[in-house]
Order: sequence, then structure tokens, then C-alpha cells
Amino acid sequence: MATNVAVIRFPGTNCEFDVVEVVQQLGAQAQIVFHDEPSLGSADAVVIAGGFAHGDYLRPGAIARFSPVMEAVASFAQSGGPVVGICNGFQVLTEANLLPGALQKNAGLKFRCGFTELRVENSNSVLTSEAQVGDILSIPINHFEGNYTCSSETLAELQGEDRVLFRYVTNPNGSVDDIAGICNEGRNVVGLMPHPERACHDLLGSRDGIVLMSSLLRAAGLNAGVPN
Amino acid sequence: MMFDVVVEVRLRAGIADPQGATIERALPALGFDGVTGVSVGKSIRFSLQAADESAAHAVITDLCHRFLTNPVIEDSEISLHPAEVAAH
Repeated sequence: MATNVAVIRFPGTNCEFDVVEVVQQLGAQAQIVFHDEPSLGSADAVVIAGGFAHGDYLRPGAIARFSPVMEAVASFAQSGGPVVGICNGFQVLTEANLLPGALQKNAGLKFRCGFTELRVENSNSVLTSEAQVGDILSIPINHFEGNYTCSSETLAELQGEDRVLFRYVTNPNGSVDDIAGICNEGRNVVGLMPHPERACHDLLGSRDGIVLMSSLLRAAGLNAGVPN
Repeated sequence: MMFDVVVEVRLRAGIADPQGATIERALPALGFDGVTGVSVGKSIRFSLQAADESAAHAVITDLCHRFLTNPVIEDSEISLHPAEVAAH
């Protein structure tokens, strides 16, 4: 059976079709799972797509974490399944305590929209296994609240355990230690502000996202057949 | 008992406050000199039914911690008082 990726859609999510498109382009299947579903079906991987879940009311991700589907996502992550949160999805994962830290308003209050250069810092994760440490990837960002922050203890932990997966070459938003993406202790839950799904075709100006999305599909393939 | 509640949510000390900083920078241009320490937060108001004040306080503290604030970046200050009973 083909590898199947569940793409989570909350009211206000707007990047789900971009993710589905790339997953299919790379030869796997994708299904959109609405936020009120209590189950992920037969998913081998989960992507929480970007957008403005529940209007970003209160704080980005604050209400989304209480959506029924998030319990299924948490237990999928708990059992080792690959979970990636992109942009708003990263914010949801921090609010749900599946990743540490928080995303606050960009330094300078600028909405940042454009290509950024990311340096791959670690290839031991479900999103970076096919990339090389030191690779510079051109991937777009599109956010107002992407300024990653955390306690100094958490930062030391992330650094000490090599859990910073991506750093901005030029920091666009004030993120501590130039952090653009991190993973959990199990290295199966990844959050990043840049949008790899928007950098998988020449027409979009970059194909650098493919190495990340195909890493995810490889992890999903390895996960396939494991009951969840 | 019914309580009127105001929760003030603000950024924790040491967390950058770009909104406060931007407002502060704009003030001299409007002729307001000498204003410092501007910070921006949220105020959330609601009514709550609870047995007594300490029970109400416990519920609101839990609500703040789990939902109204993100403890990584925000603190909250709770104020509550018994709701005024409408005169008959």
C-alpha cells in the first residue's frame, strides 16, 4: 500500500492543498483530516499545515490544541509516528506541548514574506534525514509570529541534544539563536516556520523543499506497517 | 456565587515586547515626552459561578495556566469581585 500522509486542516488552515500536491508529486498519498476528527485513519505521517487555525484568536495555536484531532496527533507522536508542523503548524505543536518554546511576534513587528536561506544543522530527524549538515536551502517564510523563544534551560537542552534542525542564515524575525526549526527528543516531531511545501517546483522559484518532504515520506514509509 | 473577573495577560519580564517598543518610539513624534516602559498586554473579562472566592480563584488560575496564557512567554494577574446583584 502506498504511503499515506494525513494533512491536518483546522478552520482557517490555508496551506493544506500545497502539502497534498507535493506529497502526490513525490508519489505518496495524502488525505486531509478535519480538526473535529477523533482519528487519523491509516496515516503513516502527519503534517499540520500552515494558515490561521481558528483565526489565531487568543494566540496562534491556542485554540487549535483543543481540537479533537490533536489527541490523535499526540498519541501518534507518542508512538513514534512522524509529525511535522509547518508555520502555523509549528505554533500549534508548541501550544500543544509536543515541542518546547513559543513563537512570538516578529522583532520589529514586520510580517515577513519571502525567500530565506536556511542552514541544515542536523540530519537526524524525520524531516532532514536526506539532507546534509551545512546544506543551504532556499525556502520561503510567510509569518508575523515566527520569533522563536524559550527559556535558557530549554535552549541549552535543544543545543546540547542537537535538536536545532535549521537556522536562518540571516535572521528575519528575531528568533533566539537564529532558530528556524527544531525537533522533539524522539526526533519524530518537527516544527519549522519556513514552508518547504512551497519550494518543490521550478515554477515556485525553488526545489530545495523536496529533500525535506522526501525525508518525511521516507520516515513515513518506515513507519508504515507499524500499527498506530 | 457569581464573580466578575478580569484577567490581565502580559509578557513575562525579559520577553521582547515589539508592540510596546513601537508605541514608545512613536510617542515623542506626537509631543508626548518622558513616557517610558510601555508594554502591551490583553485584558480578558468574564463572569464565573463558583462556591466562594477561593474556589473561583483556583478555577481561574487553572484557566490562565492552561488556556489564557502561554506560560513560556506570558504572565497573568487575576482580579475578581462578587458580581453586583441587580436590584429588584
